[in-house]
Amino acid sequence: MKTAAIVGPGNIGTDLLAKLRRGQHVEVRYMVGVDPASDGLKRAADLGLETSAEGVDWLLARPELPDLVFEATSAKAHIANAPKYQEAGIQAVDLTPAAIGPLVCPPVNLGEHLDAPNVNLTTCGGQATIPIVAAVSRVTEVPYAEIVASVASKSAGPGTRANIDEFTVTTARAVETVGGAKRGKAIIILNPVEPPMIMRDTVFCAIPADADQDAITASINEMVASVAQYVPGYSLRAEPQYDPPSDDWNGQARVAVFLEVRGNGDYLPEWAGNLDIMTAAAARVGELLGQSHVYS
Amino acid sequence: MSIHNDIRITDSTLRDGSHAIRHKFTEDQVRAVVSALDGAGVEVIEVTHGDGLGGSSFNYGFAAVDDITLVRAAVDEAKHAKIAVLLLPGLGTVTDLKAAADAGASVARIATHCTEADVAIQHFGAARDLGMETVGFLMLAHRLDPAGMARQARIMVDAGAQCVYVTDSAGALVLSEAQDRVAALVEEIGDEAEVGFHGHQNLSLGIANSVLAVNAGARQVDGALCALGAGAGNSPTEVLAATFDRLGISTGVDVQGVLAAAEDVLRPLIPKLPSMDRSSVVQGYAGVYSSFLLHAQRAAERYGVPAHAILQKVGEAGYVGGQEDMIIDVALRLREELERVS
Repeated sequence: MKTAAIVGPGNIGTDLLAKLRRGQHVEVRYMVGVDPASDGLKRAADLGLETSAEGVDWLLARPELPDLVFEATSAKAHIANAPKYQEAGIQAVDLTPAAIGPLVCPPVNLGEHLDAPNVNLTTCGGQATIPIVAAVSRVTEVPYAEIVASVASKSAGPGTRANIDEFTVTTARAVETVGGAKRGKAIIILNPVEPPMIMRDTVFCAIPADADQDAITASINEMVASVAQYVPGYSLRAEPQYDPPSDDWNGQARVAVFLEVRGNGDYLPEWAGNLDIMTAAAARVGELLGQSHVYS
Repeated sequence: MSIHNDIRITDSTLRDGSHAIRHKFTEDQVRAVVSALDGAGVEVIEVTHGDGLGGSSFNYGFAAVDDITLVRAAVDEAKHAKIAVLLLPGLGTVTDLKAAADAGASVARIATHCTEADVAIQHFGAARDLGMETVGFLMLAHRLDPAGMARQARIMVDAGAQCVYVTDSAGALVLSEAQDRVAALVEEIGDEAEVGFHGHQNLSLGIANSVLAVNAGARQVDGALCALGAGAGNSPTEVLAATFDRLGISTGVDVQGVLAAAEDVLRPLIPKLPSMDRSSVVQGYAGVYSSFLLHAQRAAERYGVPAHAILQKVGEAGYVGGQEDMIIDVALRLREELERVS
């Protein structure tokens, strides 16, 4: 069991709190914000957490510091806060695009970073698609992988909108470094349709002409089950689709995987699967970190 | 931006037209078309993958030659014309834009879905910092009413756009619908920026809508030689030039010159020009992003379901530009439905 604080009492922080409270290995003690009128702080206080609108300095002045801090603020805030957490010996799980620590995806590479002082959850599109790239690349070589994330306009906040390049660049990098593709590309689409669309993701991987399709499909199915353990609404829309080698693709073949990410509807709406998969992945990281020291 | 003429025509044969040939323009073809357009007095020539910088991909089709090589060739060939590039935020990045500017592109056209202008703020800023002329594209304009379009145009202008287009990506606007949107933009941003119109031929209204747009105050109009473009193609540049000439509206384009460019230079390069067939008319009718056409045809062949049925479903689902991946998903669902019925 580890103790934790959530910094950032907005929609993300509030949804994350609901998920962490369902787990068994993290006790959330503190919720920290900067706005005394915050609904999120009030809700957390009603649940019995110690709360404050006096920011991270209040947290660091507690007589009992938490083991973990979940940062659900902004990249700018996390860049300012991260050195303070590290100095205080608090392990940081970063949900912002700051990407100070290694990019992690729980079922793929968290095991390599259990002791990192700071881990970053990449992006929503990354959490949804990197497991699939990794599932293919553990079976066969992936010279190139491309992901397309489609999200409801209403679920894309001002931070994402102001710096959408950050999404494409960071996600593409994680498709390579975490997913195991030689080269990665990421695309994000915002769709304003009403009622809001549930998050959809497509993963295209270039694969060798003679790749073992059955083994790839089995690996993908296994990975979908792993992600569904912490994101129950994570599912394949169809069987993986294989296309034969093409001159257009340097003689490589292609597998295409169509995903739907339906959120759990804890605090965020179900269609906001892109936000849910971030809080679910953060909660999963918390659970695994909480367990990881039980035996040490 | 037109100093001497009443309106300015931007030719998009080498960008929107790229959709119609699956992004397979070669450097020689780009040189030939740029030379012909430039010679005919076209002021702006757009050269990029159909989906803009960074568009070369599984989802949209891999280009035969990368954008920057083609832009550099176009800049080299053009004696008077400016070379424009398209960028869709979420796909292309500021890094891509810098590379295009380094290659000599001088007009940045930044396109978003008509309700999502704020994702382009960083790109307008970057384009202005690079010294580029800026144009905003509000795509699938039939999905938003004139007042809403005006609010989105305001966001683009505040971010640094010097012109905002009513972009009829689905060729779905019918006459007054185009005119009203242009008028709303002129009223909102007309003192600070120009307004443009980009038409498609899916309902055969590209030219008529462009004339009404100009009547409503548009000062920039897009076309493509022989209507080469997504869906049933764009408003044909040579017909725009001829029509505006008859109306006494100057474009700076030599009508005989651009007719020759279309007939003698472009046409021999293109095996199959776009046409108003069942699928592309359904795109205009159901309001579907024009560049989905060839992707739907490919999925239709692969999964044995009609392309027009795929496009109809895509329209009903409200998919927006860039969601080409959903076409395969829709085709798979249609096949399942057909199998259940039979």
